[in-house]
Amino acid sequence: MSPTTTAEAVAPEAGTAPVLELAGVTKTYRVKQGMFSAAKPLNALGGVSLKIHRKDVLGLVGESGCGKSTLAKILLGLEAPTSGQVLIDGREVTARERTVLARRIQPIFQDPYSSLNPRKCIEDIIALPLVVHKIGDSASRAKSVARMLDLVGLPQRVLRGYPNQLSGGQRQRVAIARALVMNPEIVICDEPTSALDVSVQSQILNLLGDLREELGLTYLFISHNLAVVEHLATRVAVMYLGKIVEEAPASELFAGPRHPYTKALLESVLTPDPNLSVPDTHLGAAYPNPIDPPSGCHFHPRCAKVMDICKTTPPPHVAGPQGHVDCHLHAAPAR
Amino acid sequence: MSEPVLKVDNLTIDIPMAQGTLHAVRGIDFELKRGETLCIVGESGSGKSLTSLAIMGLLSKKMRCNAARLDFSGIDLRKQSPRAMRALRGDRMAMIFQEPMTSLNPAYTIGDQLMEALQLHRPVGRAEARARAIELLGKVGITAAESRLSQYPHQLSGGLRQRVMIAMALMCEPELIIADEPTTALDVTIQAQILRLLADLQREMNMAMILVTHDLGVVARIADKVVVMYAGEVVEKGSAREIFENPRHPYTRGLLRCIPVPGKTKPGEHLGSIPGIVPSLIGKVEGCAFRSRCDVAEAACASDVPVRRTGEDHMYRCIHEVQAGAPS
Amino acid sequence: MARTIETVAEDLRTPSPAAILRKRIFGHYGLVFGIAVLAIIVALALFAPLLTPHDPYAQDLMARMKPPFWMAGSDPNHLLGTDYLGRDYLARLLYGARISLAIGLFAALISGLIGTAMGVAAGYFGGRVDLVVTFLINVRLAMPVVLVALAVVAILGGSLQVVVCVLGLLLWDRFAVVMRSSVLQVRDLEYVNAARAIGCSTRRIILREIMPNVVNNLIVVATLEMAHAILLEAALSFLGLGVQPPTPSWGLMISEGKQMMLFEPWLIAIPGVALFVLVLAINLLGDGLRDVTAPENRG
Repeated sequence: MSPTTTAEAVAPEAGTAPVLELAGVTKTYRVKQGMFSAAKPLNALGGVSLKIHRKDVLGLVGESGCGKSTLAKILLGLEAPTSGQVLIDGREVTARERTVLARRIQPIFQDPYSSLNPRKCIEDIIALPLVVHKIGDSASRAKSVARMLDLVGLPQRVLRGYPNQLSGGQRQRVAIARALVMNPEIVICDEPTSALDVSVQSQILNLLGDLREELGLTYLFISHNLAVVEHLATRVAVMYLGKIVEEAPASELFAGPRHPYTKALLESVLTPDPNLSVPDTHLGAAYPNPIDPPSGCHFHPRCAKVMDICKTTPPPHVAGPQGHVDCHLHAAPAR
Repeated sequence: MSEPVLKVDNLTIDIPMAQGTLHAVRGIDFELKRGETLCIVGESGSGKSLTSLAIMGLLSKKMRCNAARLDFSGIDLRKQSPRAMRALRGDRMAMIFQEPMTSLNPAYTIGDQLMEALQLHRPVGRAEARARAIELLGKVGITAAESRLSQYPHQLSGGLRQRVMIAMALMCEPELIIADEPTTALDVTIQAQILRLLADLQREMNMAMILVTHDLGVVARIADKVVVMYAGEVVEKGSAREIFENPRHPYTRGLLRCIPVPGKTKPGEHLGSIPGIVPSLIGKVEGCAFRSRCDVAEAACASDVPVRRTGEDHMYRCIHEVQAGAPS
Repeated sequence: MARTIETVAEDLRTPSPAAILRKRIFGHYGLVFGIAVLAIIVALALFAPLLTPHDPYAQDLMARMKPPFWMAGSDPNHLLGTDYLGRDYLARLLYGARISLAIGLFAALISGLIGTAMGVAAGYFGGRVDLVVTFLINVRLAMPVVLVALAVVAILGGSLQVVVCVLGLLLWDRFAVVMRSSVLQVRDLEYVNAARAIGCSTRRIILREIMPNVVNNLIVVATLEMAHAILLEAALSFLGLGVQPPTPSWGLMISEGKQMMLFEPWLIAIPGVALFVLVLAINLLGDGLRDVTAPENRG
């Protein structure tokens, strides 16, 4: 097996420059709640700035409705940001340049049952990106597809098969093969294992880890399973109501979470330890309605360490040595 | 302690299909006392959900269900008419489903549905039913319970809906509650809250609880007893502590190696995995169903597999006498 | 290859979608019956010149009103007898099948093209396109088909082409409604998103990713609309506003037989039964197709 490494095509300054950067990206939807009420703005993303360096795995965690999926859609060019920039290798890419994005960023979706067209055979599914971008002739495409199958550990005889003939784990391997056939640099994994059985989940995680090593891939790994994120991620960003509230190297964040929300998330991970009972996360109230977010720090109604200032003033952006946290608790001299 | 609430002995479920009979569940047995939590763990296709539906008498008519014994506090569930089962369900035994959105009727208010759950089984008036509904909504941690009564399911978040489902299941103070993947559709933070709530309520009302799940983290934290199912069979059964600290069956050990545990598995290192897929259960199934994926399988696995017991409650089904010890 | 060993992959033991479909079709008796009957009618229509020596237009005033073979006084030359102008009834029936099938086919084709284009556009693009299409559908539904067809044919004069066009332009509503909702269901599935992320053009997504997954609904509606069009043609011809005499059309044959209904009931019974059998066969085909292409359970 000779995987073509994309790492060779790296620009000289790539050691320091992020391969993918989001600068103040916002996304606002207009939502009508009733038939007669005026449309209200829903800030799905409230100014997200992120940098992903080559060969990093950025874990993006947060509860449903926090804007994780919107972010993924913007990166894939499926939605345009309301404001802000998406930069690849320091160059701005607009959603219009979908082909540029498509060559460099590819997705792996959550549900391997709905992410493969049931009417197409596996070979056509994996070859589709090559066909769309008019890469190679049919013989070279067949060769690429065969190489991809080897890469993801599927036997060649599934080529003429259909998705319904494969198990969930095998389908997810097909989805991975389709994502990698164009040699993308960045792969967006949106909950890639949460629809799979436990024993299959570990196979897919191992595969993703190996592929990253071999192909020098960069992952944006979206998941609500923090155990999985800790296992795979090199950096972690915690999202709450459209904002990144904490970002740090994975080892640091898991060893010493700074934001109370990150702490609560970590506490709610259920490790298989029969000596412990179900933890109390103290996250009393339910997730707030994003149309009508709480004042000040959006997290204050659920925060165990809420202070007066949290209710009125948005939290400061406190940069640390390796990351940042948005929280009044860590605001410089006052506390 | 007292007599078991539920006794299941040699439960089998067969599903006739075009290609032959699918032996979905093959000889399950367990028993459960009041105040105990039993977790049925298994992957998709292991028959864990069918088992819980069989106890509730909710299997579709096409499926054939047999058991040597299926007793629920002295009542032989095998002999109950559909009408008698209807009277039992929701009253003395209740079920919580995975998807709270689809198991609540979108056309009725929360209050109507809660009150109906009580009034179906008890001769109580509206006012009394309403009082009980408010009491239970408070118990499941829903604030402003009175105003919630007039809301419709779509106005609630997923976590709140699951709380309403739990309240509804508890309206008649059942002796047995069966929860089928109650937290799979929820966020981790809400999952912890719901599980805590279930555990507290179960203790408070002294119910027996069966929790069907594939999440070993949930099992470890909440179960008293664990039943590990693979391909329609119980491969290992025991107390939660035994199963997690001294797993014997190769499948249980394999599963425990598959999940990353913060602090134990090193980031980035390879996780254990179980190669292969679940075998087809159509037609005659012989020997150990796990042998096609087992590292220690031998020729003998294709014939009858002995049931081994260690200690009073721990049993597993394997040809190997497995020594205790944490999974390698 | 170390990684392949991890998945001791199963043999492809589940059959492919095509194999499943084939199996389901042959397991569905209504569908098989519908296909068989329709195939027989199509064959009879195509090979009409070989099956009867008579010309459907040739009049023989010496041999008028000959009864069919099962009645006394029948002529072995005219198996199903002759009509009031002495034309061979079997020949007219066989050539009439051509008219019915052609009208059904072309009316369904025209309305299918219009309705599918509108429905797919509405379902895929949503927003304003959807509003416009939904409005058009509602306008169309507010128009009584038979009355409008009567009026238009009355103005333009009846002929095969006019009838086909009028029906084609009137019967697209169900196509549009069904296609719109089918596309809505498929549009947000992840494989469509995946195709978008790959960089597929909108045209490609609609034709290659969406259409193959909704075409089963399209076929079902097409068969039902075919039956609908055939019945409407017969009704229009019966009222004298459809296909004009002396063209052999089943509706026209029933119309011509109606004066003699009390004396020679077979004159309308024969084309009536033929019409019934054809429409039944097409409807069985449509229903059957709907059953066999219904999405199977996962896994």
